Amino acid sequence: MMQAQETVLIQGHIIDSLILAKVLDTILMMGGTFDFQDVQIGKTRGESSRARIIVRASSATSLGEILHAIQPHGASIESERDCRLTAAPTDGIFPDEFYATTHLSTQVRVYEQWVEVEGTEMDLGILVDPVNRTARTIPMGQVKQGDLIVTGRDGVRVIPLQRPRDRDVFSFMESQVSVERPHGRVIGDIAKRLVLLRTGFRKGTDGSKVLLAGGPAIVHAGGRDALTWLIDEEFIHILFCGNALPAHDMEVDLYGTSLGYGHAAGLVVPHGHEHHLRTINRIRAIGSIEAAVKSGVIKTGIMAACIRRGAHVVMAGTIRDDGPLPGVITDSIQAQTAMRAAIPGTGLAMLVASTLHAVATGNLLPARIPSVCVDINPAVPTKLADRGSFQAVGLVMDAASFLRDLARELGWKS
Amino acid sequence: MSRLLVCPPDYFGIEYEINPWMRCSNAVKSDQAILQWHHLMRVLEQDVGAVLERMQPVPGLPDLVFTANAGVVVGGKVVPSRFRYAERQKEEAFFEDWFRTHGYEVLTLGEGLLFEGAGDLLGFPDGWFGGYRQRSDIRAFSILSDWFNREILPLELVDGRFYHLDTCFCPLSGGELLYYPAAFDRYGQAAIADRIASERRLPVPEAEAMKFACNAVCVGKHVALPAGCPHTEEFLETRGYQLHPIPLDEFMKSGGSAKCLTLALD
Repeated sequence: MMQAQETVLIQGHIIDSLILAKVLDTILMMGGTFDFQDVQIGKTRGESSRARIIVRASSATSLGEILHAIQPHGASIESERDCRLTAAPTDGIFPDEFYATTHLSTQVRVYEQWVEVEGTEMDLGILVDPVNRTARTIPMGQVKQGDLIVTGRDGVRVIPLQRPRDRDVFSFMESQVSVERPHGRVIGDIAKRLVLLRTGFRKGTDGSKVLLAGGPAIVHAGGRDALTWLIDEEFIHILFCGNALPAHDMEVDLYGTSLGYGHAAGLVVPHGHEHHLRTINRIRAIGSIEAAVKSGVIKTGIMAACIRRGAHVVMAGTIRDDGPLPGVITDSIQAQTAMRAAIPGTGLAMLVASTLHAVATGNLLPARIPSVCVDINPAVPTKLADRGSFQAVGLVMDAASFLRDLARELGWKS
Repeated sequence: MSRLLVCPPDYFGIEYEINPWMRCSNAVKSDQAILQWHHLMRVLEQDVGAVLERMQPVPGLPDLVFTANAGVVVGGKVVPSRFRYAERQKEEAFFEDWFRTHGYEVLTLGEGLLFEGAGDLLGFPDGWFGGYRQRSDIRAFSILSDWFNREILPLELVDGRFYHLDTCFCPLSGGELLYYPAAFDRYGQAAIADRIASERRLPVPEAEAMKFACNAVCVGKHVALPAGCPHTEEFLETRGYQLHPIPLDEFMKSGGSAKCLTLALD
């Protein structure tokens, strides 16, 4: 639901007269909330004070009632302007002074009406259709000549993230990443969320999908079985990866090795380094991973589980990928588009053992989606946590341990 | 020497109803009103020693007699009133004209900002109070405060019978305050209590508040107030004030008393 808000300005001797206190009490008593945008307190008795307050309410009607009640006490609505629209000068170029988005929900004012911007994502522009009064985020590369793009900051407002009501790790951790943090509680809370989200997913509730973006270390480190189980049990519904994760996952199935190491014994197998190439070649010959699974060539593992369960897989290629596997998107802009298209409906994101995919996915996600970043390198979770979302949790730990602990918490018997 | 602006009640009467006191059926006895007004003026001039500036009354403007609402005068400057009701808006031009012809610098509030002069702006030398919600707009006070570099604490008037601040709040020259607490909400009462120590505050009982005990004129140690307020008189006497109770019930029919009939010109 769109939250209604308005900025009001109140000035004068509002502190000692308790007028400010009265206004704030009135807002709260009427079910609204407020945030101070800025406050200037007079330094002498003669000097007046001023406060700019953002008033929020659950509906436009409720907001209207609150504003009506506080206006007689001097709270005047700041004069708002419509957002400024400038036509894109040519394909792929934003107009100068384009408004760059954040990962927070945003509204733009079009013909005196606040319109929700669809597709919350950072570092994009905002495309407005003034006739239909709609607005959506748009990547630089997708803009067409003449598209009306928001420029400047007038008529744009960003809705701060509400502290989550759930009393679990996502509401308490406050973006701090520490190697010393006890993992058990965090994993336990993630497991509880996964159970709730699976129930929602099975009922078709929007926002119940779980996304995992992962790197091949999941396979090398021994997290393959746990992740396969999580996908099979419908705890994970979207997989973002590159070429390597599926290649080594299927290598295990065909050769019992990952990157040439015997998967069970952990020893180098003669000519094992060729196995992933032979795996990729085999799948290319079959035509697709799906065909390889459905024809029984690939029987076990992460990709097989994804095909069986109909999980949405986006494989984004990188430089010097071997093959690549069929289905790997080698055009990075196309890959970005495919990942972006997969995100709506996501209720939790797990970014595991991949700097590349964790950062890419993190930048595509709205701040409101709880995210957990797991990596043995503290720099990766720290980078994600630095996005300033209450709901981003960083875990400095090995990918396989994380996935196994999580799966066990959910009933996996290894 | 205190100078006060007054206006003889030649055309005073109840011709409309814009406050709970006014009833067109409750006609003013003009002769009586004129006697009461002259009584007050005689006290102010002879006993109190004030200098009176008399405005020319205007037919059709019965409330021009309440000069407290002409505006507010600070030094040589005046901010004329912007009345809430159309019935009194006609007075604005006459008050403004008087100020201009008497050499005051006229400061004008922006369009739509209601402000009813010294009726709603009162105080002590170090800090003023502004009554709002009934007649004046709270926004006027932040502007006046900037113009005169004075603190003005706005007080919401919550009882329609006390529609101007000077009907329920009377600062005295010795720093004491007569006031009717129930005319303010708890925020206003707390703000008043924070500024004026309890021993200097007299909460006027309702019966005397209803006689407009707070609508008193204080010049030095003299206080002219409506007759029939013994509790208030006793408080004032113990503080060393010289009292001048005057029957002004004809003006109460219109919701005004001693203070409403005068404007301090500094």
